[in-house]
Amino acid sequence: MQYALLIYSKPDMYDALSPEDYQEVHSEYMALAEVPGMVGGEQLQSAETATTIRADGSQTLTTDGPFADTKEIFAGFYLYQAADIDAALAVAARIPAVRLGGAVEVRPIVEMQS
Amino acid sequence: MLASLVGFLGGDFALAEDAAADAFAIAAERWPGDGIPENPGAWLVRTARNRAIDRLRRERAFAAKAPLLARQETLEEPEGEDMTIPDERLELLFTCCHPALGLEAQVALTLRTLGGLDTDDIARAFLVTPETMKRRLTRARTKIKLAGIPFAVPPDQLLPDRLAAVMAVIYLIFNEGYSPPPTRTELAGEAIRLGRVLAELMPVEPEVLGLLGLMELHHARRAARFDGAALVLLADQDRALWDHDQIAAARARLDRALAAGGRGPFVLQAAIASLQSEPVLDWAQIAALYAELSRITGSPVVECNRAVAVAESEGAEAGLAILDGVPLDGYRYLFSTRAELLRRLERIEEARAAYRRALELTDAGPERTFLERRLSELGQDYNMSG
Repeated sequence: MQYALLIYSKPDMYDALSPEDYQEVHSEYMALAEVPGMVGGEQLQSAETATTIRADGSQTLTTDGPFADTKEIFAGFYLYQAADIDAALAVAARIPAVRLGGAVEVRPIVEMQS
Repeated sequence: MLASLVGFLGGDFALAEDAAADAFAIAAERWPGDGIPENPGAWLVRTARNRAIDRLRRERAFAAKAPLLARQETLEEPEGEDMTIPDERLELLFTCCHPALGLEAQVALTLRTLGGLDTDDIARAFLVTPETMKRRLTRARTKIKLAGIPFAVPPDQLLPDRLAAVMAVIYLIFNEGYSPPPTRTELAGEAIRLGRVLAELMPVEPEVLGLLGLMELHHARRAARFDGAALVLLADQDRALWDHDQIAAARARLDRALAAGGRGPFVLQAAIASLQSEPVLDWAQIAALYAELSRITGSPVVECNRAVAVAESEGAEAGLAILDGVPLDGYRYLFSTRAELLRRLERIEEARAAYRRALELTDAGPERTFLERRLSELGQDYNMSG
């Protein structure tokens, strides 16, 4: 099965780190990308760079900012191939955002049938 | 039977349940005429498997549920009347109590899958409509399937946490059946049955033995716990009403758990319950066990119980001193215990106030009747602020 590990962080979570700690966290993210079974993933630019599109009748409405104005910000994701949810949860627990006060949501990917 | 089917069907609960129901229906139809087969259990499993395969083929034809059938492509029809039925109840328990499922779902799923209750029974026991319970079960089964919750005994590094979760669910079911109203005692019986299954499957886990012993010791006293509508305290219970065989069985389990080095929360609680079933209560030892339990759980409720034991062994003052340090503002037992100790110290006004506070926190039922009786025994001005 494939799982999306959706990483949510608090806005200033990484700012509080010393340069050394930040470097450490960064290399942890890089190392996770190399874990066997990791098949994809991206880091997103900060929420301030987001633009949201909605439809208002026949008009398209474009607004500055993220879709959901929440304390935790969707910051990036991994795609992980695993036998079951336990394996996915084990990898999710190693994502630095978890111990820094953020959270990781584990969601199975819909598998396309040929 | 359901456990063995679910394993066979790659964790597809709904399919296994449907197939099992089919098999029982066929049995009800055929056995009266054809006679009961030599091995009814194997017959049922084989029939259910065949029905499941029929269903799978049918569904496959419609291709609607294609994703969930991926793992069943290789099914072969089992042969022979005397095949062994693999016992997969343990895997099933761990699946039902997986932390990716909500606690309510874990409880409902455990009772439905491993217990002897149907959906309507469970709905009634948890005071929700059958439709709500059905939705809860369906949602849980869907999540198991789509999220890839494994049908397996967890690996060693996960086992302690996951076993604790299974035991917590069983104990929660027991407590649901143990607290008033007494109409839900069927849940206590179900919990003990589940505890026996777990103890049979994991016979060397001291905490499993402790859990089962604890439930049995409490259950053995159930006939003496209520006098009509009122709760009867342990000290006032008619011991002739206790189930002494069940107490003896529980003590044997507890001895095995202690011999195996068990000192966990369930073993400690069972040891306390065992001491409380002795003809003469060793309150000093009970207090010491509560102290240890309090240390490992950090629970204010346990501190409250320790206060009771200390009050018995060292006097009401010492018990009250412990209660003063318990941070449980909305906990009725804190106030009913405080009231009882104040009553013994003849601090009547304070005792009344504590009983009134406890009553505010207690719903109608045997416990309320007990507290009202106690309060009225304290004298005239019961109604002044009540």
